[in-house]
Amino acid sequence: MRGLGETFFNGAVIAKYLPALLGGFRVTLALAAAVVTLGLLLGLALAIARAFRIRTLNWLIVAFVDVFRTLPQLVVMIFLYFGLPYAGLTISAFLVAVLGLGLVLAAFAEEAFWAAITSIPRGQWEAARSTGLSFAQALASVVMPQAIRVAIPLLTNRTIAITKGTALASVISVPEILDQAQSAMSLSANASPLVVGGMLYLAIFAPFVAFSRWLERRFGWII
Amino acid sequence: MQEFIANFANLESLARIYPLLLQGAQVTLLLSLVTIPLAVLGGLFLAVLYSFHLRLLNPVLIVCVDALRAFPVLVLLVLIFYGLPFVGISLPAFPAAVLAIALNNSGYYGEIFRAGIETVPRGQREAARSTGLSAWQTAFAVVLPQAVRNVLAPLAGNTLELIKTTSIATAVALPELLRSARVAQESTYNPTPLTAAAVMYFVLLWPLTRVVARLERKMIAGH
Repeated sequence: MRGLGETFFNGAVIAKYLPALLGGFRVTLALAAAVVTLGLLLGLALAIARAFRIRTLNWLIVAFVDVFRTLPQLVVMIFLYFGLPYAGLTISAFLVAVLGLGLVLAAFAEEAFWAAITSIPRGQWEAARSTGLSFAQALASVVMPQAIRVAIPLLTNRTIAITKGTALASVISVPEILDQAQSAMSLSANASPLVVGGMLYLAIFAPFVAFSRWLERRFGWII
Repeated sequence: MQEFIANFANLESLARIYPLLLQGAQVTLLLSLVTIPLAVLGGLFLAVLYSFHLRLLNPVLIVCVDALRAFPVLVLLVLIFYGLPFVGISLPAFPAAVLAIALNNSGYYGEIFRAGIETVPRGQREAARSTGLSAWQTAFAVVLPQAVRNVLAPLAGNTLELIKTTSIATAVALPELLRSARVAQESTYNPTPLTAAAVMYFVLLWPLTRVVARLERKMIAGH
């Protein structure tokens, strides 16, 4: 039992590598914030653009959504990281991770926002237009406020799942929690940094999982 | 443009690495086929236990499911593959990946089945029990068949996500599709294998994406 404690909860090892792990914690938070912002805003923008029903544009949006809903996040990330330099573009690993995860989240967010927009009854549109609002005004001040409320419970689980994907960025050496924990583990030949890293992830994501459970209960959605 | 095609869609290197990618796709398929049933069974077990409403057990189950859902699957995989050897348990890459992905997805499937079971009216359970069926018989013969029908969309969606998740086995050097593409890319010095792998993932998974999208739309319309 003493051996287990020393392997997984070794105080000296943890004390030594805690600063690096906390640095990783900050990178994970920054990465997660950037991914959620890019993903949700781009998804919302695409859904709004789709509401104008311009044929070629809609076709492009649907193609974008299908591609990024279908490809695994890690495949997108690795493709961007190792592929872009061949196209003459070199961007930082952090930006690649934001872009990779953000585009995947945007695809799911567009689907959710679009499903929400189409779930708003026609009468709402017609009533708004008949009071003299333009199409854009009706969309912005009548349809979207209701649609966003419908979309939130559809989006929470997916947003959490994709944000957890920030751990994938360790594969392209972004110095986030898992990356720091893995190098600390190989330097110290001890598993404690990984256990602490796991706890840091729980500290970030457990509150969101509990929040999504509460939302689901409140809105009665299962997705 | 010419250069772009020579880099990203180079037929010569495609012909050379094609067998490697096919082998990778086979490993991806095998990993999915082994993991899906295990994760579904794990989830069913958790959800059926929950449906018995045992006062002391249910809070424990909720904590387990939420911890599994809050923990990034790649961190779990790294913990199993690189952490367990410290206590003398060394799993090869394939079983380690199966274990990590199945555990993680048991949480997701468990939550989906639990939500589905809650949509079945209490009277169904009471009627079944009063005809003399045991609690487990009631769960499997009466409640679950109805519950599954109500959560078909999230079940299909999660299965798609599970298959996509198998790409994380790259991180423990399992030669699945993504890993094979990386190996091929490093030996050909051009990103064509990555393009080919992305196309293969898309071709394999896109039909499932369409099915999931249709099921989700039906569910939202039904609300």
